[in-house]
Amino acid sequence: MHFFLIRRVLAAVPVVIVVTIFVFALLHLAPGDPAAIIAGDLATADDIAKIRAKLGLDQPLLIQFLTWVGQLLHGDLGNSIFSAHPVSQLIGQRLEPTITLTAMTLLISITLAVPMGVVAAWRVGSWIDRVVMGFAVFGFSVPGFVIGYVLIWLFAIELDWLPVQGYTPLARGVGPWLANIILPSVTLALAYMALIARITRAAMLETLSQDYIRTAHAKGLATPAVLLRHALHNASVPIVTVIGIGVALLIGGVVVTESVFAIPGLGRLTVDAILRRDYPVIQGIILVFSGAYVAVNLVVDMLYTVLDPRIRY
Amino acid sequence: MSATTAVSDHNRASASSVRQRFATFARRHPTVVIGCALLLAIIVGAIFAPWLGAVDPTAIDPVNRLKGPSAEHWFGTDRFGRDLYSRVMHGGRVSLVVGASVALLATLIGLAIGLAAGYLRVVDAIVMRVMDGMMAIPAIMLAIALIALSKASIFIVIVAVTLPEIPRVVRLVRAIVLAIREQPYIEAATAIGTSIPRIMLRHLLPNALPPLIVQATYICASAVLIEAALSFLGAGTPPEVPSWGNIMAEARPYFQLKPAMVLLPGLFLAVTVLAINLVGDGLRDMLDPHLARKM
Repeated sequence: MHFFLIRRVLAAVPVVIVVTIFVFALLHLAPGDPAAIIAGDLATADDIAKIRAKLGLDQPLLIQFLTWVGQLLHGDLGNSIFSAHPVSQLIGQRLEPTITLTAMTLLISITLAVPMGVVAAWRVGSWIDRVVMGFAVFGFSVPGFVIGYVLIWLFAIELDWLPVQGYTPLARGVGPWLANIILPSVTLALAYMALIARITRAAMLETLSQDYIRTAHAKGLATPAVLLRHALHNASVPIVTVIGIGVALLIGGVVVTESVFAIPGLGRLTVDAILRRDYPVIQGIILVFSGAYVAVNLVVDMLYTVLDPRIRY
Repeated sequence: MSATTAVSDHNRASASSVRQRFATFARRHPTVVIGCALLLAIIVGAIFAPWLGAVDPTAIDPVNRLKGPSAEHWFGTDRFGRDLYSRVMHGGRVSLVVGASVALLATLIGLAIGLAAGYLRVVDAIVMRVMDGMMAIPAIMLAIALIALSKASIFIVIVAVTLPEIPRVVRLVRAIVLAIREQPYIEAATAIGTSIPRIMLRHLLPNALPPLIVQATYICASAVLIEAALSFLGAGTPPEVPSWGNIMAEARPYFQLKPAMVLLPGLFLAVTVLAINLVGDGLRDMLDPHLARKM
């Protein structure tokens, strides 16, 4: 077991290395002189030279890379060009809204989408199945920022039940926090729910056609027990896999959703950084998001052995 | 005389059988027909916008700012008095061009890399690690990073959206190649001295094509969404080119007063992506019955 854990963690190392090289290379892949673009149109040659020296762009490429990786290993993501604050500090300040938003979205998506998929597979071909599949196509197609504005228009402007935008930290009470976080979570959850409901249905259809399901029915087991203990348990590996892969979708959605709902999280930090061409901040956020994605999928892989004891690496 | 009657009879018969086959197909896959019809309408609308009542989408009319819908301005006007209907119709061009270009580019590049990775063991390990790494970076973040360091243009947007889509194609093609390469007929082809490029072109490509076409459709839908999201965030098409994303972004400050300014381009965007996805689902059902049953 421990041997397997170590091997799986080691397998994530090349991915992390590739991501790091990629994020570093982005600065150099882009056409034109990054220092000139960061400095903007009004910059003098002197300003550009200053930025170049600040970013270390006047050093040889390999030295730049090694210095950068060396700092990364010490948890140093560099400093913002715009505010001169350390990037890690800027990211730290913005973590809470993003993490609570993501957690709420995961909670909503999994508790609603898995039962939807199970029922759709159980009653395959029925109107419930068609409604779930229709919802799946809809959830994939309607972009988060459009859904977000529809929800704001309906619940915040027309009905006036919830605040239009903004974020209240959890420390100021669960009620106000929930009032602010519910619309963005639902917005973000729709595409994710579509994904999970679809794969749950597909995986359940696969297991429901197995002989042991017929046996379970034949020996007189109640339908919920057959569906949950026998079918869903055996269908859980692909479902958990897609939940893990879908985190990439969720991260992309966070950036857009936070922008729609004016939530001061990592997504907003990204948008502000783009507008200011604050490259160290953009690089730092990509590293954090990619790291989170790799970590989530590492956990998912480990869950496999819990869900299906036959799986060994 | 009798010969010409026979020919025209034959034509009539085949025309009615085509109509019949279409009717059967439409009954069996109603969503595909709806998807195709919607997509066709949007494409026609984008191409023929100037003949469908659209005027210059950049023409400024400061007197008529933020006006509601009227006979003259069907969707109203924006904060510079530009005609919103014309902007939305022209915005469709950006989405469709980006969607189609990304689908084509990502599929072709992914196909080439996937064939190489699947068939040549030496390349495989390295290529797949790079692809794993690329997939770990969320598509929007990767695109944002590329665009943030370039001057905004549609070309840059296409490149930036294509890049994160490539690994998906590579994985698909590689999986198909790995499944086929052990088949006896590939062995036979190798045994009679067929060259590797020829095996790829004549044996592997035809097998990979149907799922690849389906994948390309989904990539097209995803590219339209990502382009809109990027433009909405201010990292997409340049402000002087109207696209659904940047029209929505510009209307945001007026959302509480005039929700339609944001919701109308959003509706066009959603319908377009929905149409492309429906076409993709239909193609999947037709080209790959096994997958259709599972999904």
